[in-house]
Amino acid sequence: MSELLNVPTMAEFMAQGKQPEVLFWVGCAGSFDDRAKKITKAFVKLLHKAKVEFAVLGTEESCTGDPAKRAGNEFLFQMQAVTNIEVLNAYEVKKIVTACPHCFNTIKNEYPGLGGNYEVMHHTQFLKALLDEGRLTIEGGQFKGKRITFHDPCYLGRANNVYEAPRDLIKKLEAELVEMKNCKRTGLCCGAGGAQMFKEPEKGNKDVNVERTEQALEVKPEIIAAGCPFCNTMMTDGVKHKEKESEVVIMDIAELIANAQDL
Amino acid sequence: MHYLPNILFAIALIIGAGYFAKHVKKLIRNIKLGHDIDVSDNKSQRWKNMAMIALGQTKMMHRPIAGMLHIIVYVGFIIINIEVLEIIIDGIFGTHRIFSAIGKPYGILIGAFEILAVLVFVSVIIFWIRRNIIKLKRFWKSEMTTWPKSDANIILYFEMVLMTLFLVMNATDAPFQDMNSGNVISQFIAPWFGSLSESTLHVIERAAWWMHILGILVFLNYLYFSKHLHILLAFPNTYYGSLKPQGQFDNLEAVTKEVRLMMDPNVDPFAAPAEGTETETPAKFGASDVQDLNWLQLLNAYTCTECGRCTSECPANQTGKKLSPRKIMMDTRDRLEEVGKNIDLNKGTFKEDGKQLLDNYITQEELWACTSCNACVEACPVSINPLSIIMDMRRYLVMEQSAAPVELNSMMTNIENNGAPWPYNQMDRLNWKNE
Ligand code: SF4
Ligand code: SF4
Repeated sequence: MSELLNVPTMAEFMAQGKQPEVLFWVGCAGSFDDRAKKITKAFVKLLHKAKVEFAVLGTEESCTGDPAKRAGNEFLFQMQAVTNIEVLNAYEVKKIVTACPHCFNTIKNEYPGLGGNYEVMHHTQFLKALLDEGRLTIEGGQFKGKRITFHDPCYLGRANNVYEAPRDLIKKLEAELVEMKNCKRTGLCCGAGGAQMFKEPEKGNKDVNVERTEQALEVKPEIIAAGCPFCNTMMTDGVKHKEKESEVVIMDIAELIANAQDL
Repeated sequence: MHYLPNILFAIALIIGAGYFAKHVKKLIRNIKLGHDIDVSDNKSQRWKNMAMIALGQTKMMHRPIAGMLHIIVYVGFIIINIEVLEIIIDGIFGTHRIFSAIGKPYGILIGAFEILAVLVFVSVIIFWIRRNIIKLKRFWKSEMTTWPKSDANIILYFEMVLMTLFLVMNATDAPFQDMNSGNVISQFIAPWFGSLSESTLHVIERAAWWMHILGILVFLNYLYFSKHLHILLAFPNTYYGSLKPQGQFDNLEAVTKEVRLMMDPNVDPFAAPAEGTETETPAKFGASDVQDLNWLQLLNAYTCTECGRCTSECPANQTGKKLSPRKIMMDTRDRLEEVGKNIDLNKGTFKEDGKQLLDNYITQEELWACTSCNACVEACPVSINPLSIIMDMRRYLVMEQSAAPVELNSMMTNIENNGAPWPYNQMDRLNWKNE
C-alpha cells in the first residue's frame, strides 16, 4: 500500500530560501522500526491537518547518540552529537519536535553543552500547543468513552517532568483516563531505556515489560497509550506475552488523535 | 572534691567532642578523595532545596506513614536537644536546671519536651515493629546483611533508651516534681518511684542525668560508623544535589576535547605537541574505583540512610535482577571507608591494595541491568543519585575496557557505521514516507 505523504526536507526548504516553522526529528525508531513508522506517519498527518510548515532532515539525520551514551560510550555519543549539531546549526534550526522521548531528552538537555541550542518539544507537548492555539481540533470519534491508561515514558516523565501534556490530549478524546498504581513520578519503566532495548536482560525472575504490562492490565484498559516508540514495542510484547492482544491495543497518542478523525 | 562532677563532666564533653571532630575531619578528607565538580551555580535554588527536602522533609511524605513517624522522631530529636544545652551548662557549672529561672515558660518548654519524648518513643517502637516483626520487604533485601540490620536497630534502641532516661530523670527529680509545672508526663511516672527514699531518688535522678548526656555523646560518635550520619549530611547533600533535569547526564569534558581534535580538519593528529605545553597524562574515562568518582558522589554515599526507597522502586530489582541502587551506595561507602583506612595505615598515602569498587564490590552484571529510568533518583528522600555512579562505571567498562555486552557492541558499531542502532543504511532514512 502506498499513500504518498508530503514530507519536505530541510534541504528543499533551504533551496527555496525558506525556513520551516519546526523541524520534525524523526529518530531511528521512527525511521526504521515498522511499528514506529506508523506513529511517524500519524504525526505527519496531524502536522498537515494543523497546517504546520515542517521539515525533516531525511538522510541527513543520524542517531542522537542516546543509546551509546547510556551504554557508557561517551565518545560515540559526542561524535554523533557534534555531527548532528553541525547539520542543525548549518540549517539554522530553532525549533525541534520529536515523537521519541530519548531524542527529546538528548537534544534538549545534552546538546546545549556541545553547542546545540534549540527549543525542543515532545510531540505531545507540540500537539497540546496546537490545540491551545486553536490550530488543531480533537474529537473523540471512535475513542469516546474508551478506557485508556497512559504509560509514562521515563525520559519524558521523571527525566523532564512532562506528565500533563499527554494526559490532557487523552482527555480531549473524551475517553476515560485511568491511572495505573504506578504512574507519573513513580511510573515503572518499560524496560527499554539505558540501551536495554538492544540487549538481553540480565538474569532475574521476570522481564520488566511483563511486570509493567501486568500493572497496566490491572486497571482493565481497552487501550494502553504510549508516548515513546520503545515503550510501544515493550508494552506490545508484554501484552502478547500475557496473551491479551485481542483485548488490549497499544497506541501512541499521535495515533489516537489521528485515528479519531480518520486521518 | 566538690568540683569532681563538674570536672568529670568537662572531661567527658571534651573527649566526646574531640572524637567527633576527629571523625568529621576524616569524613571530609575521604569525601575530598573524589575529584572536583562545580556546584557554585544558583545558590538561592540550592538553599531552597535544602530547606524543602532536608529541613522540610517534603520527599519523606511521599510515603505518608513512614513520613509522619519520621517527622515526629526528627522534630523530637531537634527540639529535645535544646534540653541538652541546659544539661551542658548545668554539668559544667554545677547548677541544677538553670533555665528554670525563666519561670512559667520553662514549664511549657519541658512539658512540650515530655510529650515529644513519648511521641518519639512510640514512633521508634513502630519503626522497630516495621523492621523486625512486619519485616517490610525493603528492609530485608540481600544487601541488608547483618551489620546494616543491626545498625538500624541499634539506632532505634538508642533512641528508646535516651527518651526513657529523659522521662525518668524528670520523674525522679523531686524539686522539679514539686514545682509541678511541665511534668505533664513525668508526674505519672513519678509514683512508680514513690516508695523510694529521697536519697535513693536523687541517686536515680543523677544516674539518669549522667546516662542521658553520656548516651548522647556516645551516639554522636556512633554516627560516623552508621547510616545515621544522614542527620548531618542530608543538609549539605540536598544543598549540592543536582539542579538539572534528571534526564540530563553530564557530557565528559575530556571526551569533548578529544572529539573536537578529531573533528577539526585544521589539527594534524600526528603533530608533536607544541613547545612548552606539558604532556598531560590522558584522563581515565569513567570510574573503576572511588577516587574516580566526584566528591558529590562520595558525599552521597556517606549520606545514604539505607532506607531502600530507591531499590523498592527500581524496575531491575523488582524483577529479580541483582542490581539494587541502595547496594551501589552502600558499596561505594564501604570501599571509600576501606580506602580511608588504607590511607590512615600508610601515613597519608594510599597504598595499592589490589582491590577496586568495580568487581570487588559492584559486579558488571549489576551495572548492565540498569535501565537508566531515574526511579531511584526520584525516590531518594535526600537527593542521592545512584544512577550517576552506575553510568560512570559503565563508561569505564566501555571506554577503558571495551567490556560491553556483545549485543551492545553491535548496536554501537551500527551507530558508528550507519547512524542508527540497527543495521539500516542512513540513505534509507526517509523511505517510510513512501511505504
Ligand atoms: S535508574 Fe537504574 S538503578 Fe535506578 S531505579 Fe532505574 S534501573 Fe534501577
Ligand atoms: S540512596 Fe536514598 S533512597 Fe536509596 S537507600 Fe540511600 S537514602 Fe534511601
